[in-house]
Amino acid sequence: MNAPVVIIGTGLAGYNLAREFRKLDGETPLLLITADDGRSYSKPMLSTGFGKNKEADGLSMAEPGAMAEQLKAEVRTHTHVTGIDPGHKRLWIGEESVHYRDLVLAWGAETVRVPVEGDGSEAIFPINDLEDYARFRAAAAGKRRVLILGVGLIGCEFANDLILGGYEADLVAPCEQVMPTLLHPAAAAAVQTGLENLGARFHLGPVLTRLSKVENGLEAHLSDGEVLHCDLVVSAIGLRPRVDLAAAAGLEIGRGVVVDRHLKTSHANIYALGDCAEVDGLNLLYVMPLMSCARALAQTLAGTPTPVKYGPMPVTVKTPVCPLVVSPVPKGREGIWSVEGQGADIKALCHDADGNLLGYALTGAAVMDKLALNKALPSLLA
Amino acid sequence: MKKWQCIVCGLIYNEADGWPDDGIVPGTRWEDVPEDWLCPDCGVGKMDFEMIEIA
Repeated sequence: MNAPVVIIGTGLAGYNLAREFRKLDGETPLLLITADDGRSYSKPMLSTGFGKNKEADGLSMAEPGAMAEQLKAEVRTHTHVTGIDPGHKRLWIGEESVHYRDLVLAWGAETVRVPVEGDGSEAIFPINDLEDYARFRAAAAGKRRVLILGVGLIGCEFANDLILGGYEADLVAPCEQVMPTLLHPAAAAAVQTGLENLGARFHLGPVLTRLSKVENGLEAHLSDGEVLHCDLVVSAIGLRPRVDLAAAAGLEIGRGVVVDRHLKTSHANIYALGDCAEVDGLNLLYVMPLMSCARALAQTLAGTPTPVKYGPMPVTVKTPVCPLVVSPVPKGREGIWSVEGQGADIKALCHDADGNLLGYALTGAAVMDKLALNKALPSLLA
Repeated sequence: MKKWQCIVCGLIYNEADGWPDDGIVPGTRWEDVPEDWLCPDCGVGKMDFEMIEIA
């Protein structure tokens, strides 16, 4: 029997690769392996679930059985791959070995955790997949006050969404503005003000050091001495590509699993895409690059080697109180920022010395300009 | 008028409604939606939408 193409992971990367592959090849055996329950869902929707009042079941788009049928694939759920043996083109699930024709790593990224003292630390929830979301929703039922660690894209999206869902939100992060790595300060101020007008309270500068159970909830001690009261804590500090199994198998690791423009790792027959992959130096944790990779890799796996190309990759941040679209300046490029607008409507543009647009941050009514500006943006992987 | 759905997140673009937030007026046919229009929910492009309904 022919060895299957094996995909580890059934998030957007794994399932969309399988879908694209099946458009080109209906015959090659396909096996998807996931440590999760294998339901198909769209991760960006995890930060709009409270505003839309959706349970985890409501965010699930298909059960694994339906996906297996649709993809003519085997889907093994709740299954942990324990090792990869590139020399023999096989992987290990405990004592069981599974041979592959090609192996694709699509296992995503994990949330960064920081140690917090105190007896309340089990009330800290990461929300990185559908099962996390289900756990958090169950814990949040009947509660009111949520403390969010982190003011990056995810922290801000959760704050907006939780407030829309009827919760109070305090945000804590050791930085001076929201989304510091992504956003021009003027645009960051617009988003922060929007969230504050909605009721969010920002505590920028300190970190959470201690979380203690008290009567009626939790007491959160910050490093600057402030004490906040809350019922639950959401950890949205950041994501780190999962690399452990790949590193143990001897694959080259950078920020993520290092792959070339053909999504190939340092070992033949092993590929990676999505949040775990560092593609030609870029580890972009967004859907659009992931879809570009899925299309290119599907071609390659179906017999037509195809390098991935990235056009401009603007990021839409789901903070409806202050709409935000941002296209970060590509790594290694330098430019001058100019800021127009005021209040909630900021148009911050970055141009190089020759007047070429390198990046932007648009908030409020200024997001209307994105389609025109996108035409002028540089491609990230031409 | 047709409806198109984002295969990634399930968002529906209804030609009858357009998408006024992005300046796409009601009644705009899918082929007239700008090629670089992105899914407002998840950020993928036009090619990630499939036709789901012809009303």
